[in-house]
Amino acid sequence: MKAKIYVYRSFERFWHWTQAILIIFLGLSGFEIHGSLNFFGFENAVNYHNFAAYLLLVLIVFAIFWHFTTGEWKQYIPTKELILAQLNYYLFGIFRNAPHPTKKDVLSKLNPLQKLVYFALKIMIIPLTVASGLFYIFYRYPHSSEIAALNIESLRTIALLHTVGAFMLVTFLIAHLYLMTTGETPTSNLKAMLTGYEELGHDHQQPENKN
Amino acid sequence: MRKIFSILGFGLVIYMIALNIFSDRIHEPSWRISIREKLKKDKAPAADHSRFSQLQQPFTSPQQVTEACLSCHNQTHLEVMHSNHWNWEREEYIEGRGIVYIGKKNILNNFCIGVRGNEESCAKCHIGYGSTNDNLNIEEARNIDCLVCHDNTDTYTKANEQGGNPQNTLDLNLIAQHIGRPGRANCGVCHFYGGGGNNVKHGDLEMAMFEPSKETDIHMGTDGLNLVCVDCHLTEKHTISGKMYSLSSMNRNRVTCEQCHSETPHVDEILNEHTLKVSCQACHIPEYAKVNSTKTHWDWSTAGRLKDGKPFHEEDSLGNHAYMSIKGSFKWGRNLEPEYVWFNGTASHYLSGDVIADTSQPVILNTLNGSYQDQESKIIPVKIHRAVQPFDPVNQILIQPKLYAEAVGDSAFWKDFDWQTASRAGMHDMQLPYSGEISFIKTEMYWPVNHMVSAAGNTVACADCHQRDNSRMAGLNDFYMPGRDYSEPIELGGKLLLISTLLGVIGHGSLRIIMTMNRKKRGEK
Repeated sequence: MKAKIYVYRSFERFWHWTQAILIIFLGLSGFEIHGSLNFFGFENAVNYHNFAAYLLLVLIVFAIFWHFTTGEWKQYIPTKELILAQLNYYLFGIFRNAPHPTKKDVLSKLNPLQKLVYFALKIMIIPLTVASGLFYIFYRYPHSSEIAALNIESLRTIALLHTVGAFMLVTFLIAHLYLMTTGETPTSNLKAMLTGYEELGHDHQQPENKN
Repeated sequence: MRKIFSILGFGLVIYMIALNIFSDRIHEPSWRISIREKLKKDKAPAADHSRFSQLQQPFTSPQQVTEACLSCHNQTHLEVMHSNHWNWEREEYIEGRGIVYIGKKNILNNFCIGVRGNEESCAKCHIGYGSTNDNLNIEEARNIDCLVCHDNTDTYTKANEQGGNPQNTLDLNLIAQHIGRPGRANCGVCHFYGGGGNNVKHGDLEMAMFEPSKETDIHMGTDGLNLVCVDCHLTEKHTISGKMYSLSSMNRNRVTCEQCHSETPHVDEILNEHTLKVSCQACHIPEYAKVNSTKTHWDWSTAGRLKDGKPFHEEDSLGNHAYMSIKGSFKWGRNLEPEYVWFNGTASHYLSGDVIADTSQPVILNTLNGSYQDQESKIIPVKIHRAVQPFDPVNQILIQPKLYAEAVGDSAFWKDFDWQTASRAGMHDMQLPYSGEISFIKTEMYWPVNHMVSAAGNTVACADCHQRDNSRMAGLNDFYMPGRDYSEPIELGGKLLLISTLLGVIGHGSLRIIMTMNRKKRGEK
């Protein structure tokens, strides 16, 4: 029996899609600043990138607030449970049309691999990119006549860390876009993130999942 | 309801950020107000000199004019005789050398090489009279040439090879009665022709600057602000601010853009941040030698060829000298993109007699000091003049040949075309050893480019420097610059990561499609 369940609430969807747009836009403008692309023109790319960066910061502040007030942050705590089963599914089961090893419901939206990857994203990759980006915006060169709060001798380390973060985010984006198609049907995850509703009933045998 | 409030709140925050980022500051910056005040000042002379009886007596020599000037301005000669325009020498501290007196007598260049022994000709650009090849005549106040700087009739002209004396056809009374504040012509008559012709040396100072358009120079353009040299080169007691690092070493008495424009004149904070490491000139002088060509290369080693026993010269397609028997071969350039170096305001110099330790590299005659790590340094645009000039390979010192003499047979290269006798006589005048062997060595001179500033809308663009290939900053590699620099390993790792992810995704997806189709063929669900 399948039931349409409200999985993604409005803020969550707003946050997801705004973040998606911002990160794609930051990626385009950022890799132009990096010298890999030629699209907006360097000067525009810098201005757009800075502007989008501020928007993303605001969004992140709201998202953190939302995660803590709703308790949704608990979704991202990694678990060892069923992680091998999930890996096994992606490597083998998926080709045989085997059932998903984990059950998706409102209290557990993420499978163990997603938990792990999103957790890494949230505590490593995004903080790395955001923090290096903030240094990028706010550093001041040491100057004999001024005492600045954020003196750096060289942009090099900051810029390279920011580049590493950017490469990882693009990698995540590619994998994320593909794995989106591995739901019940190729478009069910996309529909769910657009409308909020997903058919989550389970009419076949599932390994039991706690929560 | 709660949803509406949160959306409104979110929108408000974004609106405020956008307002902050995109709003132009509407008040006029204080530097612009102070410039406007400065330019409004009345600069007319305090007295009408044509009515002074001292200037109506008939003058038979230029020295009489000077005496007439000093009869009223009876302390001014002390100021002039203290200046480097008079002494052709400054007291400077050079790192690693200590305090030295440097000037045209002991500094060599890679144009006509040196003044010493050629004073009678070179003194055409000295603010004095009566110099001979034996010395620059700077003992007597009556030899001060007041008129070359203060003539406002545009008729005063110094004679060739007369030790600094004026042409003897001039109406000295007329000139003396019409003196005033120096205009562009007074300065330009020497400073535009350094090196023996228009724009040979500087590249940004040439005869087009007598009456430039504002496309050529936004400050001096006669169709614009119409500034003259001394509007920026502020002068006190005949000491004129600003100097060239071909002949000076210390970070003092400089003219800066900041003295009018402030250190952070941009609305854009990112541009203001640039001013900590990048000089104004680096962006605002995208090219120099905008009107006439400037000399970029001088090869003395080909000098002395004669046709039918006579010296000759050849011209290039733009009408510039490509070859002269007396000087050698030249290269010229117009609308040149400057080269860029770090500069902290101090320089060191090759002084005549300095032994060249490494003869495999070009000898830099005036090293501009600076680096990224040095907090005083900024990137400045320079013209680098490259040359091949005579050198004594045994003593390992640059040769200063005797170039000018009145007659053949007086050892001057320009008359006799004999490197041996010219070198021997020149080095004798310098009181330096000469081995009798002549070779030629590559040298470089660095000429900071400060004039021919373009309008604000016509600067070096961000991407002219912030790009991977053909960056204007390609020569400055001691720092990380976004858009130009990257780390090879990170770039490679990142690309491999992206490609392998993409391939993995494509492979996985294809396999899924194939397996699904197979299942359908078999009629499975």
